[in-house]
Amino acid sequence: MTLVVDDLRVYYRSLAGDVKAVDGIDLELADGEVMGLAGESGCGKSTFGKALIKLDSRMRWVGGTVTLDGEELHVWDDEVMNPHRLDDVSLVPQYAMSALNPTRKIGRMIHDLLRARGVDFAPLRPELERRLQLVGLDSSVLDLYPIELSGGMKQRVVLVVSTLLNPSLLIADEITSALDVSTQKAVAEMLVAFRDREFVKSVIVITHDLSILAQVADSIVVMYAGKLAEKAATATIVDEPRHPYTRMLIGSLPEVGVRFAEHRLQGIKGRPPSLIEPPAGCRFRDRCPLATPRCAAEPPYRACGDGHFVACWEAE
Amino acid sequence: MLALDDVSKTYRIGAFGSRSIRAVDGVSFRVEPGEVVSLIGESGSGKSTIGRMILGLTRITEGRITFDGHDVAPSRDFYRRAQGVFQDPFSSFNPVYKADHVFATVREGFFPHESNGAWHAKLAHALDAVALSPNDVFGKYPHQLSGGQLQRVLVARALLLDIELLIADEIISMLDASTRIDVLNLLGDLKEHGLAIVFITHDLSLGNYISDKTIILRHGRIVEHGPTPQVFAHPQDEYTQALLEAVPLLHGSWR
Amino acid sequence: MSATVVHRPVAEESRPGVVREALHFALRNRKLVVGSSITLAMLLFALVGPLLARHPALEYGGRLSSAPTTTDGYWFGTTLLGQDVYAQFVNGLRLAFTVGALGGGIAACIGMLVGFTAGYRSGIVDEILNMLTNVVLVIPTFALLLVIAAYLKVRGVMTESVFIGVTSWPWAARAIRAQTFSLVSRDFVDMARLSGRRSGRIIFQEIAPNMSSYLFMMFILLFGNAILIAATLDFIGLGPSNTISLGMMMQLSVQNAALQLHLWWWFLPPGLAITAIVGSLYVMNVGLDEVFNPKLRQL
Repeated sequence: MTLVVDDLRVYYRSLAGDVKAVDGIDLELADGEVMGLAGESGCGKSTFGKALIKLDSRMRWVGGTVTLDGEELHVWDDEVMNPHRLDDVSLVPQYAMSALNPTRKIGRMIHDLLRARGVDFAPLRPELERRLQLVGLDSSVLDLYPIELSGGMKQRVVLVVSTLLNPSLLIADEITSALDVSTQKAVAEMLVAFRDREFVKSVIVITHDLSILAQVADSIVVMYAGKLAEKAATATIVDEPRHPYTRMLIGSLPEVGVRFAEHRLQGIKGRPPSLIEPPAGCRFRDRCPLATPRCAAEPPYRACGDGHFVACWEAE
Repeated sequence: MLALDDVSKTYRIGAFGSRSIRAVDGVSFRVEPGEVVSLIGESGSGKSTIGRMILGLTRITEGRITFDGHDVAPSRDFYRRAQGVFQDPFSSFNPVYKADHVFATVREGFFPHESNGAWHAKLAHALDAVALSPNDVFGKYPHQLSGGQLQRVLVARALLLDIELLIADEIISMLDASTRIDVLNLLGDLKEHGLAIVFITHDLSLGNYISDKTIILRHGRIVEHGPTPQVFAHPQDEYTQALLEAVPLLHGSWR
Repeated sequence: MSATVVHRPVAEESRPGVVREALHFALRNRKLVVGSSITLAMLLFALVGPLLARHPALEYGGRLSSAPTTTDGYWFGTTLLGQDVYAQFVNGLRLAFTVGALGGGIAACIGMLVGFTAGYRSGIVDEILNMLTNVVLVIPTFALLLVIAAYLKVRGVMTESVFIGVTSWPWAARAIRAQTFSLVSRDFVDMARLSGRRSGRIIFQEIAPNMSSYLFMMFILLFGNAILIAATLDFIGLGPSNTISLGMMMQLSVQNAALQLHLWWWFLPPGLAITAIVGSLYVMNVGLDEVFNPKLRQL
C-alpha cells in the first residue's frame, strides 16, 4: 500500500471561523495505482493534495494520520516533512506551469531546485535528458526561458522535474485544465506512462474533469464539501455510480453525440454548503432528489461492493 | 442578419510595432435569426477576437462585419440589438458595486425615461427568463453569488434589451460541471424563442450539444464549417478529425 | 484554451462586512495606529498651536538667545535675534501641512489625469503622455527653481506649493497608469462599454473606485513628499520669502551657528517635527498597505 490516509482533517483559518475543507478523509492507494480525485470547486480536493506534502500558512492540521510506504508522515511538522518532499512525495500544484521563474533558463531552474534538495545536477543530467525526450521534448529546452515554451511544453517540463527523483507518490493538481484538448491528451497519457515506467509508484490526479479521469485513472474518488462521497474502479463510477451526487454529475456531462434538441441534460440545482458551518448530516442533502429524514444523520463511508465505497443511506 | 466578409485582425507588436501578428485571417460566415453558430477553436485560434470585433470592442483591420446590412459600430443603437457575455463571471462585475449595478447601467444608457414601475416589471420578466428570483440578486455583492448565478444575471441584462444576437464567449468554461448544463440549457431555451447566438468555445461536446452550425478555427482561419451533425459525424479536415479524436469521453476510449 | 474552474468563497457578509473587516485589521495594525496618531497629533498642534502663541513669529521682541522659559510665553525660547521660537514653530507647522495638502493635491490631480488617460487610452495618446512624464521626471527641479527664484521678487507659499505639485507628479502618473492598465483589461469595463457608457464616466465610475485604496495611499505619499521637498527647498534658502517655515528655521539656525552656540531649542523642534510628520506618514502608509492587501495580513 503506497498511501494510507486515516480520518484526515485539515482546516483553514479565516476571520469568519474555520473552513473545514478536508473533514475526515479515509483513503488507500495501492502500489502502481492511478487514482483520480474528482470534485467541483470548493470541495477541498486541492487542500487535500496540498496537505499531503506541505501545509501553507493558513492551513491547520486538526487530526488524522497519513502513512506513506508504511512510514507515518508528520504532515503538521514542516521541517520533518522536508526530506520527504520531491524524494518521496511530489506535488504538481495548480498553475504550476505559470509559476516557472521567467528570468531563469529551464536548465538553471532544475539545477537550483536539485541543489536545494542536496542533489547534484551533473550526474542526473543524462537521465533528465532521457526523460525529456520520452515526453517529446528536445534537450535544447534546458537552454530556453519559460516564455519561449508553449503551455503544453511547460507542463511536460514540470511533470518531468517533479518526478526526477522517482517519488513514491505524485499528486497532480489540475494539470490539464489550462491546456488545449490535444495537449491535454498528451499530458494525461504521459502521467500514465510515467507510472508504467516506474518513474513514480502511484499517482493521485486531482481534477474536476471526469472525462479525463475516465481515460487515465484506475479508480476514481468523488469528493463533496470536504468529505468523500464515493470511491470505486473507474468503470464502476462511470457505468454504475451509486451516490446521487456522482450520478447527477455524470448525468450532466454532454458527450459528443448528445444534442439539446434531442435529449436535455440536467444539472444539479443549488450550491454546495458553506464549509465554515457545514450542515449536520449528509452534506448533499439540500440538493439531493433522494433525500429522506434519515439523511439528517451523517451517512458512514462504507464498502458496498468490491473496492466500492459510498457515503449514502440510499445507496445501500 | 449578421455577416462577416473576409474579416482579418492584425496586431502590431515589438518596438515601434515592427512585427505583426495575424490573429484573424480572412474569416467569413453568416448568422441567421434564431440560429446558434459555434465558433470552436483552441487558444490562439482567434475565436474571442472575432467575438470582440462583432461587438465593436476591437477594431477590424480588414474586411467588413455587417448587422442587417449596416457596419457594426460601438453605438447604443447597435447594443440595443446585440450584446455579449464573457468567460469570467467575476471579472464581468465591478467588485465595488452590488451585482444589480449592471442593471442600473443598462437603465441609464437605454431606458432613461422609464418609470420605476415599468422598469421593475421589465427586470422581473428578464430575471424570470433566466430562472432567478429578485431576492437572489438584489442587494448582493458579486462575491456573494456563484459563478452560475452571475452568468445568468449577465444573460438577464442582455435580455432587458430585447436583443436579437448574443455573443457568448466561453460563458460556461469557468463554471462547475453541475451548473454548466443549466446555463447551457438556458441558451437553448432562448434560441427556441428566436435569439441568434454566436457560441464561442474550445469544448467540442458543448458545441455539439447546442449549435445548429459549427465553425472550426485554427490560427485565425476557418478550416471547416457546416451543419453541426455533419461536421461531427463526417469531419472533412484533418485538424477537425484530430480534435475530435483528442476529446476525452466518459464512455469510449482514446486508443 | 480551457480555463480552470474558479472558486470564490461564498461569504455571508455583505459589503459593510468588508469595511468592518478592514477596520478590524486597521485598528490592530500597529504601524497604522502609531503613524496616524503622530500625524493627527501634529495636525492638532498645527491647528491649535498658533492660537496660543503670544507673539508674532517675525517680531524681534524678546531677549536674545534665551532658553525655553514659562515667562512671557516664550515656551520654546528665542532665536539669536529675539524672535519667539514657539510662534515660528507653530506657524511653520501650519505651513508644512498647507504645502503638503496643496502641493500633494496638485501633484495627485495631475498624476491622476495623466495616469488614467494614458492607461485607459493606450496607443499614441499613451506614448505622448509617457514622453511627457519622462521629460518632467528628468527635469532638474532645483535648477528650475533657482531660475524661477531669480525672476520672482516675492515667493509665497502658493508658489512653492504649485511648483512642488507641478514637478512631483510623474511617479504617481506612472503608478496610476500601470494600475489602470490592469483594470482596463477586466471584463466589467467591456460591460460598461456595451451599456453605452463613455470613456470619462468609465474611468471615474468603474475604474477609479477599484483603485480607491491605492489612490488614498498615493495621496498620503505625495503629501509627505511635498512636505519633505518644501523643507529641503526652504533649508537651502529657496523657500517662501514672506513667512517663516520649519525648513527656514533650520536654515537660519544653522546659518547663525546655533549648533555651536548650543541653542538646541531653535533647531531641534523643527527638525524633529519634520522627521515626525514625514516619518509617521510613511509608516502609516505601510500599515495601510497591510490593511488593504489581504495577502499581507496576519490572522
